[in-house]
Amino acid sequence: MDFLRPASWEEALAAKAEHPTAVPIAGGTDVMVEINFDHRRPAYLLDLNRVAELHAYEVGEENVRLGASVPYTRIIEDLRTELPGLALAGHTVGSPQIRNRGSVGGNLGAASPAGDSHPALLAAGTEIEVASVRGTRFIPVEEFYTGVKRNALEPDELIKTVHIKKASGPQQFSKVGTRNAMVIAVCAFGIALHPETRTVRTGIGSAAPTPLRATAAEEFLDAALAEGGFWESGKTITPSIARQFAELVSGACNPIDDVRGSARYRRHAVGIMARRTLGWTWDEYRSGGRGARSTEGGAQCA
Amino acid sequence: MRVNFRVNGRPHEADDVWEGESLLYVLRERMGLPGSKNACEQGECGSCTVRLDGVPVCACLVAAGQCEGREVVTVEGLADYARDRAAGCAAGACGGTNPDAAQRWRADPGKAAQGAADSPAGEHAGLSTIQQAFIDAGAVQCGFCTPGLLVAADELIERVPQPSDADIREALSGNLCRCTGYEKILDAVRLAAAREESQTAGTGA
Amino acid sequence: MAGVTRTPTTLTQDSAATEGGIGESTLRPDGTLKVTGEFAYSSDMWHEDMLWGFTLRSPHAHAEINGIDTAEALAQAGVHAVLTYDDLPTATKRYGLEFADTPVLAHGRVRHHGEPVAIVAADHPETARRAAARIRVDYTPLPVVHDEASALAPDAPLVHDDRDDHHAEHVPHPNIVHRQPIVRGDVAAARARADVIVTGEYEIGMQDQAFLGPESGLAVPAEDGGVDLYVATQWLHSDLRQIAPVLGLPEEKVRMTLSGVGGAFGGREDLSMQIHGCLLALRTGKPVKIVYNRFESFFGHVHRHPAKLWYEHGATRDGKLTHMKCRIVLDGGAYASASPAVVGNASSLAVGPYVVDDVDIEAVALYTNNPPCGAMRGFGAVQACFAYESQMDKLAAELGLDAVEFRRLNAMSQGTVMPTGQEVDSPAPVAELLRRVKAMPLPPGKQWESGDAAGTSVDVRALPGGLSNTTHGEGVVRGVGYAVGIKNVGFSEGFDDYSTARVRLSVVGGEPVAVVHTAMAEVGQGGVTVHAQIARTELGVTHVTINPADTQVGSAGSTSASRQTYVTGGAVKHACEAVREQVLELGRAKLGTYHPAWATAELVLEGGKVVTDGGEVLAGIAEVLEDEVVDIELEWRHRPTEAFDLTTGQGRGHVQYSFAAHRAVVEVDTELGLVKVIELACAQDVGKALNPQSVVGQIQGGTTQGLGLAVMEEIVVDPTGKVRNPSFTDYLIPTILDTPTIPVDVLELADPHAPYGLRGMGEAPTLSSTPAVVSAIRAATGLALRRVPVRPEHLTGT
Repeated sequence: MDFLRPASWEEALAAKAEHPTAVPIAGGTDVMVEINFDHRRPAYLLDLNRVAELHAYEVGEENVRLGASVPYTRIIEDLRTELPGLALAGHTVGSPQIRNRGSVGGNLGAASPAGDSHPALLAAGTEIEVASVRGTRFIPVEEFYTGVKRNALEPDELIKTVHIKKASGPQQFSKVGTRNAMVIAVCAFGIALHPETRTVRTGIGSAAPTPLRATAAEEFLDAALAEGGFWESGKTITPSIARQFAELVSGACNPIDDVRGSARYRRHAVGIMARRTLGWTWDEYRSGGRGARSTEGGAQCA
Repeated sequence: MRVNFRVNGRPHEADDVWEGESLLYVLRERMGLPGSKNACEQGECGSCTVRLDGVPVCACLVAAGQCEGREVVTVEGLADYARDRAAGCAAGACGGTNPDAAQRWRADPGKAAQGAADSPAGEHAGLSTIQQAFIDAGAVQCGFCTPGLLVAADELIERVPQPSDADIREALSGNLCRCTGYEKILDAVRLAAAREESQTAGTGA
Repeated sequence: MAGVTRTPTTLTQDSAATEGGIGESTLRPDGTLKVTGEFAYSSDMWHEDMLWGFTLRSPHAHAEINGIDTAEALAQAGVHAVLTYDDLPTATKRYGLEFADTPVLAHGRVRHHGEPVAIVAADHPETARRAAARIRVDYTPLPVVHDEASALAPDAPLVHDDRDDHHAEHVPHPNIVHRQPIVRGDVAAARARADVIVTGEYEIGMQDQAFLGPESGLAVPAEDGGVDLYVATQWLHSDLRQIAPVLGLPEEKVRMTLSGVGGAFGGREDLSMQIHGCLLALRTGKPVKIVYNRFESFFGHVHRHPAKLWYEHGATRDGKLTHMKCRIVLDGGAYASASPAVVGNASSLAVGPYVVDDVDIEAVALYTNNPPCGAMRGFGAVQACFAYESQMDKLAAELGLDAVEFRRLNAMSQGTVMPTGQEVDSPAPVAELLRRVKAMPLPPGKQWESGDAAGTSVDVRALPGGLSNTTHGEGVVRGVGYAVGIKNVGFSEGFDDYSTARVRLSVVGGEPVAVVHTAMAEVGQGGVTVHAQIARTELGVTHVTINPADTQVGSAGSTSASRQTYVTGGAVKHACEAVREQVLELGRAKLGTYHPAWATAELVLEGGKVVTDGGEVLAGIAEVLEDEVVDIELEWRHRPTEAFDLTTGQGRGHVQYSFAAHRAVVEVDTELGLVKVIELACAQDVGKALNPQSVVGQIQGGTTQGLGLAVMEEIVVDPTGKVRNPSFTDYLIPTILDTPTIPVDVLELADPHAPYGLRGMGEAPTLSSTPAVVSAIRAATGLALRRVPVRPEHLTGT
């Protein structure tokens, strides 16, 4: 095994071009587990810690440009206004120690369906900026996940920046685990209201081979909300709309039975989370973004 | 490969490091610092928690090569770290004259083999507030989780001097303990926070 | 041992905080070493030029081994040895706790997933792993025995086809390790008196001890052809008895020293790396260190027996139990380990802490191709307690009685005759413990809400799901549940359960100093603290040194069965008393002529002096001893027990019983099936709390392990015998966010037969915690819940 330590982004791309099998390592929270448990013996480890721009973020007009290696702790503490869904999701990642090292870039690179940030990225609207010595390309997050633990990266490419739409409305994230902390998702759900476009976007985690949006549920809800004039009136969403939305979200799942949970439970729980998080975000929207009930702890990272 | 970094305020060099080795392995097996514990090697237990450039991390998930040129504080250096902090200097900034406690393991093998006691229990001048509080509150049983918990709890009190119970639980949620049921660990952190506060009040700071 | 640079350390305590006799919460003598990182755990052992050992394990649950080719592994640079069954040096090739059915390395076939097949020593752990990957083992998979039906089917493969153990003769099938019936009274007649009859089938998943310090140790070859072994274990001498014959060495040439133990909970009663490390060290002539990682640890020790329990109880309309019938089937896995004792406990305690005169009980442990199961905190009694306490709730509901009052009405007490015919001859305050735990104030509701100026805010950390943000109060229902349990203390069924202590008293720097030397395994429980307290109380000294535990002193028995404070504590007390007598003899001889009280008064040692019962100081201990040393090693044993009759189960099998009661308050998100335990209160009788702080710590720790079994902990084994979740990612134990406040009420009713009146107390809190939590979940949800751990699927019908 060789340990490559590029000092800059250009060096990192050059190293990846020269050694396409090199495994990038930033926080190490996935890669080191695989090495410690003898699941993986890459010929090269490509350490990205010295590439400064990967650890930086910038808040723009429309988007947050999040360096791939920015640890979750920074997102939780610094970006919860701009990226509330991702901040909530980040707060469910592992433990404080893991949140100090783990990053969205790592989640995307691993492309595990159970990665906690995926539902929030899908719901917010995200493009992944990837690069190689051949050039740069932007991949919509929906197209980034190509299979279980597979993504759209070419062998010589690295993830540089995650461009996430700044929140223009309430966002929520929920995740089911069988423990109150430090737990891998049995299933997860993210939702973001986009009042400027009068749309709602969703993200489902760990309930299908890849993270995915519940597009039929989104379309149904967009139509129902428009038809009922809910965006203008700000009135309570009727239980029947919420129920149908939840059922459609459940229907979008394609889960498996495994040691963490049954397929049936996952489908059920995603529906519950969809109904609840829709309620929370809509309550917040109705009350002008202040939130009917403020939340502490995981909910608002107090 | 060779890796150079500072541990507990002193420069260390490790040679012949296999590229897949973790910071934890290098600390324990190459630098004579076995205080950080290896209990899961997957970031699920927190027993190997150390400060990496001040940030609490699981040493088992940091590749040794990623530490080049960086600053690590382990449980062995926690008392000095706390003392330096109280004196108002950052990690390592007060000079490198601190005795490297763990080097004693190698410095005098005869002593350990004879079973001579060099570390009496009880009020211990060399302990940090959190270390003493863990002893006093009965937060130590088998003690395997203790080093990681101490590093995490010390960082919490540094960041949040008067943590609520919920803050303590959240900050320590990455550190598993199988012996205590955590009640006495909570007691210890409350005790340390109270003692720190009374010390600060006492000095008029 | 020259060159060993990290070894266990002698513990002294000489500051005010650690002084104190029994009954005081003195601090741990190893506390400072443990908070500074200096305490030498078995995985911290280090030696110049040491090699690293690695174990190749079976990927199959049951397979024939057609051949093993180690040539390629041996050819790797840095590899010093590769050993298989064929390399074992003597005719003794098996070992075992109760009988030797476990191969040191697999021969002919493997019987469970993860069974050791070959061992490697190399100069770096990665070299050893890579070499192990190059060992070619030719397997032919065999049909798997995975439950009672497949174990007892007419054509069932025999897990062991060559049984010659002492249970082989009386078991109904070779795939049954041991069977214990207990019958008493006339069940048919009693059944006829019952107004209500309640039956239930219950199931317990496979729990893991999940101690934090994985199996590890260092074996150092010695010049005399022997070996020095530094290891974490629960019983040095039991290890020694199993190791020496396999190595072909006399026991005195296998010198064992206890290294720091990172928790045990039963999981270190059986051997893990001990023999493998010694074999590699003796073969290579170099020190060999073996450290299991967490994955390997799940295969490196036995687990708690999963169990299926069928129960029938009857009661009269006024709430008196009439009879009980039960059948308990424990899955012992591929090797016996402690299975026979688990069967003994499960059967003899199957009725729980209740008066039932007419019983028909049967417990069996199976041989299967599942992972071997053996000792874990509360064994046998934990499984039974979940079943009988579930039955008590069911009966109370059927009778329309309060569940606590119903239990109190049937609670046993001193003088009760157990189903084994044994009369309980010390306090058994079962009704009182229930009363106390019920009398504790209930925690306030909706702790997640805090009203402030801006409205109501929600702290998800106080809700089911915690940081995962699954509810802000929706679907959350509270429930309260109770349970009580009974556990035997010490080794039972006629086992010669003794401990040895050596106590030395001399004058150092003008002060009397006691040295206590035992082979007791300190696994975190605080035995070393208590030994020093006993020495201070008995010898009136301040300074006590605790020597490292090793095999240079007689056996201290196992750190298990809640027995160490009782038995090794008893041995330390006994040795101290003998030392005291000798000091007084010396005093009489040297100073007797100066004061008549030397001959006439009752004398004690107190504050470093010889004092009369009237409080008169006769002399300083230092004055009496001068430069003489009193040094005494003695064995001490508790009252003898006897075996249970193999057909009736009658016999005075236990020496003492231990009782705890719990009240659980839970909040359940009924839609998502997530549980948050809000409070888990415990009341326990400990006879005498030698160290109250340690006692409370044991109760809180044991309670939390019971909580884990109730809602999250299970090793999942699929029907092919493969372990599905051998990691801390998927075998979940409670975090600090899953663990509630645990108020503890300690009762001290002395047992006149035990040292200081103490009652072994480490296991009892693990028993009733689980059924109390499940009872509370039932109260919140109205669901029957017959299996633990309770999963979200069970609560949501998915």
